Formats: sequence, structure tokens, C-alpha cells
Amino acid sequence: MTMMKKLLTSAVASAMMATGAQAAISNDTVKIGYLADMSGTYRDLAGPNGLKAMEMAIADFGGEVNGAKIEVVSADDRNSADVASSTVRRWVENENVDLVAGLVASSVSIAVSDILEENDRLGIVSGSAASSITNEHCTPNHIHYVYDTYPLANGTASAVVKEGGKTWFILTADYAFGHALEGDVTRVVEANGGEIIGTLRHPFPTPDFSSFILQAQASGADVVALANAGADTTNAINTASEFGLTQSGQTLAALLLFLNDVKALGVEAAQGIQLTTGWYWDMNDETRAWSDRFMEETGARPTMIHAGVYSSTMQYLKAVEATGSDDAQTVRKQMMNTPINDMFTKNGVIREDGRMVHDMYLAEVKTPAESKNEWDLYKILRTIPAEEAYRPLSESKCPLVNK
Amino acid sequence: MSMIFGVPLAVLSGQLLIGVINGAFYALLSLGLAVIFGLLKIINFAHGAMYMLGAMVTVIMFDVMGVNYWVALFMAPLLVGAVGVLIEYFLLRRIAGQDHIYSLLLTFGIALLMQGVLTNIYGVSGMRYSMPDLFKGGINLGFMFLPYYRAWVIGIALVVCFGTWFMIEKTKLGAYLRAGTEDAQLMQGFGINVPLLISLTYGFGVALAAFAGVLAAPIYSVTPVMGSHILITVFAVVVIGGMGSIGGAIITGILMGVVEGLTKTFYPPASSAVIFLVMVVVLMFRPAGLFGKEA
Repeated sequence: MTMMKKLLTSAVASAMMATGAQAAISNDTVKIGYLADMSGTYRDLAGPNGLKAMEMAIADFGGEVNGAKIEVVSADDRNSADVASSTVRRWVENENVDLVAGLVASSVSIAVSDILEENDRLGIVSGSAASSITNEHCTPNHIHYVYDTYPLANGTASAVVKEGGKTWFILTADYAFGHALEGDVTRVVEANGGEIIGTLRHPFPTPDFSSFILQAQASGADVVALANAGADTTNAINTASEFGLTQSGQTLAALLLFLNDVKALGVEAAQGIQLTTGWYWDMNDETRAWSDRFMEETGARPTMIHAGVYSSTMQYLKAVEATGSDDAQTVRKQMMNTPINDMFTKNGVIREDGRMVHDMYLAEVKTPAESKNEWDLYKILRTIPAEEAYRPLSESKCPLVNK
Repeated sequence: MSMIFGVPLAVLSGQLLIGVINGAFYALLSLGLAVIFGLLKIINFAHGAMYMLGAMVTVIMFDVMGVNYWVALFMAPLLVGAVGVLIEYFLLRRIAGQDHIYSLLLTFGIALLMQGVLTNIYGVSGMRYSMPDLFKGGINLGFMFLPYYRAWVIGIALVVCFGTWFMIEKTKLGAYLRAGTEDAQLMQGFGINVPLLISLTYGFGVALAAFAGVLAAPIYSVTPVMGSHILITVFAVVVIGGMGSIGGAIITGILMGVVEGLTKTFYPPASSAVIFLVMVVVLMFRPAGLFGKEA
């Protein structure tokens, strides 16, 4: 009898807890953890200014949701999956963090999403590039928001092949992200009738690219593609211009360039480079207005990551408000059912694999004559429609996708 | 075209030359470390930060005051050297004679502080510095295109390296220095101001790092973290050459540049590890380094 009673009470209690989790905000607080590289190579593309963007979103939302307060914690992952894992474990297991956002290095995002799945919390990846995050590494507990390697290859590589760059030499950063990008580029180049005549995997990071640029020149390829990021890319571009790579008739294609990289290079060195981006601050009145506010806060123009952090935080809070819950599955479902229409994108949709698909842009770096100020850097050549930009669900390896 | 292990000779010659250029940077940096360790027995973990400071000062002086490259070539090492003298006078002097680990930790802390503060102010995307007009362009050597600036780097680095070696090993000032660190009391008895000599030596060592930083400014991304990557490599170079051996540091620096350059041609993924591999092998067979004296 006592046994029966115990069982019954626990059944009732767990039933109550389960409904409670779905219909209420735990601890009367929505707690968001911002995790990013705050001091290393990837600091400027997300970093402290990304945290600022998140705080802007929370302030614009009104600082509280359905009467519950919104709290933010942040940490530096130092681009290390180990550091990131122990931080997020502490956040979700001891500190009741509901959402982990930011997430830059692809290795960090993949490690963190596993912990979030174990604990059933939500993650929104804004900074990472690897398309595998919503493919073989997809979970029901994270969303990949801004961009990935698939549209980078689709946008830039296919444009360059169509302009006549038939033979390719790829310089790849020798780690997960570089390999993913190299794979996506190879697929796009070959599908468009081009040919990869050489690839070279360089250590991450590499301060001196002269040796690799020399090998790229000797290969005689029409196009020298850079499948790397941050300082590696800017170093490679500078060295290529010093060694006269483009003067000798080869085209340089940088597959991942952020606004802060282009500003660091300057229009003199970077002019004419084509790149794919998920967002640019100077596209329309809405993006300009938000960017002006961001610049007042931070002194810099936002990268696509900064804008994505603002937009995704806003979407998350709206979903919490609409469902009255901070339960990961409830909120994720609500976010999937709500098209995104804001300063970041129009008609953006979160798919079941967690990929937010939206229009991407093929841009070209302006010439010194065209650029009116230090942040006037891109002209948009073409809008790549969402359905063309991202990996179609029919090719997905994600088990969440019903084919 | 003749081939060596599947690589055309022309490509190989280019890679050798590039190796010598990178080796010139290693030589300059390891030379400063070797001077500081050889004469003061300080393991200077702030060396990478001083290299970074040299490059940053060059860019900042240009942005703020329009100071050109040639002036920076003298001013930046002078300023950074002065910072070094202050560090020696106020901090390092207090732990003189203690175990090496103290100077290592102190200088490492100084490096982290500098890096952190400058990152906060300038970010890590890199600062732009234009090549001086004189060096724009290059010459076609037949087997490769050699930018004028890289040629200048080899030339000036070799001159500075040789000059330093000559000063320490062959002049009276160098003799004072070496004697002062061997037996400070005796030297002071002869009326030599040994503490001043030590401050200046540390200042000179870090000025060499800053000089390398100025040379790097037009060709590498200038960021507050640029020194942290190169520091460990340069330490390996000094260990291979023999801690404290001035000539050894120079020759090993250039040698390791070439070894790294060849690795970049034959098996690029290993290029960041090859110097450490050489270090392991050298330590197994010659624990004091290639040019060090067995203790």
C-alpha cells in the first residue's frame, strides 16, 4: 500500500513538473549564456560586441518577458571545445541557463550542442561556419542562424567559375571548418564544370603565407581559393598582393571574409574581392538604422554575426513570450513556426534540422574611388535566394529530417 | 624541368629563398633571447610581446603622428628598449639570482598584460600598415618573383645580427658585459657600473625584438596577439642553437627557416611542428644544443 502510494505521488509530482515546465518560465527568470571567443583570433567578428548586440535586443524587448526577468551571463571559450564544454555544463547543470548563444568556433558549437541535448536546453549558433552543425551534427536542441559553409561555396565559388575560373587551387586551414569548406567548394566547382588541380592544407594559424602563395602561383591554376578565416585569410591576401599573384593573371577567391577582415585589409588591398555574406549593414534603411545604434554603443559597424545575435535573441524572446515557457522544445517549436521578418532578414525560416534558411548575398569589395568612408566596403552584386543558398533537406544527413 | 622528389627545381629554389627570409626573422628574435639569457640568465617570455609592441608602435606612430617607416626603424626599438629598461629596473632586478622560474613567470605575466590591454583597445583584426613606396614591387628572378621588401629584410637582418655578434664577442664593451655577468662583484671592484650594464643589455635584447617587429609591420597582420604564436617557435630555435650561444642563435634561426620552408613544400601540415621535431632530436643527441658548450 505504502509502495503504491509512493508510486502514485511521484507519478503525480512528475506529471505536474512536466506540465509546469511547459507552461511556465522556470525560476521566474529567462537566463541566457553568451559564449564566444572574447580575446583571441575570432574576437572582433563576434566577441564583446556580440554581447552588446544581445543586450541591445533585451533592452529593446523591454528587459523582461511575461513578468519574468531576463538575465545574461557570458564567458570566453578561448576557441577551445574543452573550455566551452565545462562552462556550458556548469551553466545548464548548476546555474539554470535556458539558452546558450553566440558560439563561434565550429568545434565549440559541436561540443556544446551535445551537452545541450543531454540537458534539454536550447542553443543558437550565430558565429560558426561548418555546415555539418545542422547536418551530421544536428540535434533537436540547437539552431544555426547566420550562415554556413554551404552558401559560402555556393555563392562565391559558383560566381567565380561562371566568370571563367576553370582550374582551382585551394589553400585550406587544416581543421574541421577548413575541411568542411574545402569539401563544399570542391562540389560546387565540379558541378559547374570546373576542376580542382591542387589543394594544400596549412596549419592553423599560419603567420607567413609566402611559401604557400608561391606554390599556388607555381600551380598555374586560374583561381587560388582561400578556405580559411580571420587572420589567416587577411595574411594570405596581403602576401598574395605582395607577390603579385593577381597581376600574373590568377584570381584570388576568399571564401569566408567578415566585415572586420575587409576593414583591416583596407579597400586598397581588398578591392574587387568577391565574397558571400548573410547580411551587410548598408543594405537598406532598416539595416542602417540598427547599425547606427550599434555603432553608438560600440564604435564599430556590426558584422553579420552581430546582427544575427540581435535578431536571434529577439526571436527567442518573442517565442518565450508567445508560449509563456522557457522549455527548450516548446520554444524551438514556436521559433520554427514563426517566419523571421526583421532588420536581419525577410521570410527567414528555421527548418527541422535547425538550419535557419534565408537569402544570402554575393558582394564585392569596393574600390578606393567608390568607398566613401572606412566602413563603406561592399557593393551587393546579387541576392542568392534562400532555397538556392542552403543545402536542400533532400540531401540532409540529419536524422531529424523526415524524407 | 629538373625535379627533386617530384618538386620542380625552380619551385624548390623559391622555397629555399623564402625559408632564408623567414629564418632572418627567427634569427633576429632568437638573437635577442640568446643575448638576454646568455648574459642575464633571464628566460624572457615577454619577447614575443616586445616583437608585437615594436610592430604596434610602428603602426600607431604612423597613424597618430605620420611617422614614416625609416624613422620608425630607429624610434620603435628605442621606445620598446626603454620599456625594457624600465621593466628590468623596477621588476626583474628584484628577483635577480632567484630560480629561472621566477623570471619566466614574471615576464610571461607582463606579456599577457600587454597583450590583453592592447587587445581591448585595438581588437584583433589587424592594423593596416602600408609598404614604404621605395619597396613596392619586386624583381623576377626567373624561378620566383621576389618582392623588394623581402630582399631588404634579409639584408638588414643579417647586418644587425652580425653587428650584434661582433659587438658582444669582439669589442671591449662586449667583454665588459660578459665579465660583468660572470663575476659582478669583481667588475664593480674595477669601477664598472654593472647594474646599468644589465639594464641596458635587457633593453638592447628587447629592442632587437622590436626591430624585428618593425620589419614585420608591412608584411604581416599587425595584431596584439602576433607575438604569442612566434614566441614558442623562437624558443625552440634558441634551444636547438644552444641556450645563450649568440652565434648559434643566428645560424640556427636561418637554418630553421629553411627547414620549415622545405617542410611547407613537401608536407605542409607538418610545417608548424617540424622545428619542435628537430628540437627533440637535437636534445637527444646534443643536450646543450648545436652550438652550446656542455656544462
